Amino acid sequence: MDIPGDLRFAPSHEWARQNDDGTITVGISAHAQEQLGDLVFVETPEIDRVCEAEEGIAVVESVKAASDLYAPVAGTVIDANAALADTPELVNGDPYGEGWIFRMQPSEEDALEALMGPDDYEAHVENDD
Amino acid sequence: MSRTTPLLDAHVAAGGKLVDFAGWSLPIHYGSQIDEHHAVRRAAGVFDVSHMTIVDISGEGARAWLRTMLANDVGKLDDGEALYGCLCDEHGGVIDDVIAYRLDERRWRLIVNAATRDKDLAWLEAHRPAHVAIVAPDAIALLAVQGPEAVALAGSALAAIRDGVPALATLPRFGFVVGESPGGTAAEPATDQLFVARTGYTGEDGVEIALPAGEAPALWEALLGNGVRPCGLGARDTLRLEAGMSLYGVDLDESHTPVESGLGWTVDLSDRERAFIGRERLAEQQGVGDHAVRVGLVLVSRGVLRGGQPVQLAGRDVGVVTSGTFSPTRQCSIALARVERAFKGNCDVMVRGRTLPARTAVVPFVRNGEASD
Repeated sequence: MDIPGDLRFAPSHEWARQNDDGTITVGISAHAQEQLGDLVFVETPEIDRVCEAEEGIAVVESVKAASDLYAPVAGTVIDANAALADTPELVNGDPYGEGWIFRMQPSEEDALEALMGPDDYEAHVENDD
Repeated sequence: MSRTTPLLDAHVAAGGKLVDFAGWSLPIHYGSQIDEHHAVRRAAGVFDVSHMTIVDISGEGARAWLRTMLANDVGKLDDGEALYGCLCDEHGGVIDDVIAYRLDERRWRLIVNAATRDKDLAWLEAHRPAHVAIVAPDAIALLAVQGPEAVALAGSALAAIRDGVPALATLPRFGFVVGESPGGTAAEPATDQLFVARTGYTGEDGVEIALPAGEAPALWEALLGNGVRPCGLGARDTLRLEAGMSLYGVDLDESHTPVESGLGWTVDLSDRERAFIGRERLAEQQGVGDHAVRVGLVLVSRGVLRGGQPVQLAGRDVGVVTSGTFSPTRQCSIALARVERAFKGNCDVMVRGRTLPARTAVVPFVRNGEASD
């Protein structure tokens, strides 16, 4: 699957997209969903939750295993993808689009600069395998 | 280095994601284990189970010997019939669960698990009398075709690749037929003969087909050409658990008897003259009734039950989940658990550090493609 050029990645396989209104949207990468297999539950974070970078913030559970998601940057959760309650497989089918998991307001501007771009992430995945 | 089946290339061509299973390289799925699960419940799927161990047993004393080795009584079988049961040790612990097939009084086949191959063969050899021969043939492929449409689609696929295929529609459950083989005669068929049994590990109708390894790719192509869906190990596990079937190594092991594992029904004590390994302990347990039992559980909340999770009643540990998964048919988590004594109704399970509400459920969890309670 092609990685959209505007995404940044954490080593723990979360992606983040900067939105025009200053918020960021977060999900998990195509690689991560492929490793997990068919998802059956997504535990999205609560609205207004404040978190640090790398703090456990959500859980994705497949038939195979449960996996924690970590906040890519510090901030406050402002929205979660309600569609995932009934259709967790959106994360498998469209991990960078319809399978988005939550949105947050970062506490610092330009916080995404510290994360990897698509090419560095792909290299990171290749080293993992 | 993983062993491979005759269908490795076919798995790759079909998009199989290969993993290691008991030392074998096999597909966990071909894109979506949940879609594959639904395909078996609704139509037909095919599983490559060539990693399983086929053991052919022959000789004048074979019947009498097998009656001493299995807790279920093969003495009640006629030619062309099979049964499910356990190989037990002296303490009644389960060495493996097997299906035993009677070709005739002198010729038998056992199909046992892949992971326990060496252990089982060593156990059988250690107890083998001089006049019984044991052969574990290698060049045989085994395909399971399962689902409401499986028998018809498997029959036509077989007919497309060879002559002389026996009719399958009238085969009873746990019945099997043997086709002609160019390498043998009616009196002494070669061990690579076509062998089709109406058995399976999914709770659906279907057949398991053993045939020479070299013919497996053609059968696979014919099945896929008929619209049968390739299915991997992931779907195999969700299907068998919905059907309430045990998996050796998690639901069954040498530390527990069949009676403590929900398989008391496979222990046949009706012939008091039949001595078999483990009989004393099993008869004692069936008589006294005070022993651990197997229960089915469904999770009332979101989450997935998994092996090793404690089962609790009023805050006290009463047992443990032996295997759990998410049931695609019921859209909730289901599990088999071993508990210190039988109970019905609500309980709790410790899942990832939290106490989640669960309840007992009828096993099998799914019948005729739907929740059974």
